[in-house]
Amino acid sequence: MIPPHRLDATFIALADPTRRAIIARLASGDASVMELAEPFDMSQPAISKHLKVLERAGLVSRGRDGQRRPCRLDAAPLEAANEWLERYAKFWEANFQRLDALLNEMKTAKKKPARPKR
Amino acid sequence: MTTNASVIVTTPNDREVLMTRVFDAPRSMVFDCYTKPALLKRWMFPEGWRLVVCDNDLKIGGAYRWEWQKSDGRGMSVIGTYQEIVRPERIVRTELFDPDWTDGETLGTLLLAEDDGTTVLTMSVRYSSRKARDTALEFGMKDGAATTYAQLDALLADLSRTQTAA
Repeated sequence: MIPPHRLDATFIALADPTRRAIIARLASGDASVMELAEPFDMSQPAISKHLKVLERAGLVSRGRDGQRRPCRLDAAPLEAANEWLERYAKFWEANFQRLDALLNEMKTAKKKPARPKR
Repeated sequence: MTTNASVIVTTPNDREVLMTRVFDAPRSMVFDCYTKPALLKRWMFPEGWRLVVCDNDLKIGGAYRWEWQKSDGRGMSVIGTYQEIVRPERIVRTELFDPDWTDGETLGTLLLAEDDGTTVLTMSVRYSSRKARDTALEFGMKDGAATTYAQLDALLADLSRTQTAA
C-alpha cells in the first residue's frame, strides 16, 4: 500500500497545471527534460523544479541513460489518489441518493392538485 | 429517482476538495433540503447514523450545531457560523468537527446553479492549510483493505464534515 504521505504528495503534485501537462505528455511515452520543456514557455531549470515535485510524489522516475536521463511516468500513485477520491465520492453518493428520493417526493407532493374543501 | 447523476470529486488545489452533483429538481428545493432541519434529518447522515440535533440559525453570523449518533451511543458533531447566505444559490459557513479530524476549522461553500429545472450542486471544502488537508487525506487513507470498522466510521465522519453546505 502506498503510504499516506505519498498520497498527499500526489495531490500536491496534481494541483499545478504545468505538472498535469507534464504527466499528460509522459503518458504518451518517456521524454527528456529538454523535450518536456519544449511546449512550455519555461526554462529547463523551471521544468526541472516541477519534475522534482513529481519525483517526490513517485509519479516520475528518471532513467540512467547517460546525459539524457529520460523521464518516465509511474501511474501507481495516481491510482491511489483516484481510489481515495472514489471512496469520498461513494460516501457522498449514498447521501445524495437519499436526497434524490426526498426531492422526488417533494416534487410529487407539489404536483398533486389541492383537494377542494368541503 | 435520478440515476444518471453521480457525484464527481476533484482537488483543484492543495487546500481544497471540490464536489459536483446534478439533481433533477429546482434549486429552491435543494436549498430547502440543505437548510431545513426536518428535511436535513432525512438524508444528511453517514450510513448507520442518525442526525439527532440540528440547530440551524440560518442568518449571516448565525450559529449552527448538528449532532449525529450511532446505535452504539457514539456521537459526532459539527459547529460553525454562517458567513454568506444567498437564497437559493449560495451558502458559505465555517465548520469545526468534534472529534476534530480536519486539523482545525474548514470553510464550506455550497453553490446551486439551475438549468431548466435541474440543479447543479457544487460543494467545496477549504482547509486551513495544506497540512490540514493532508491530515484529512491521511485519515482517508487509513481505510485500506485491513481497516477496522472503527477506522471506517472515523473516515465516514471525516467525510460528512464536508457537508459544508448547510
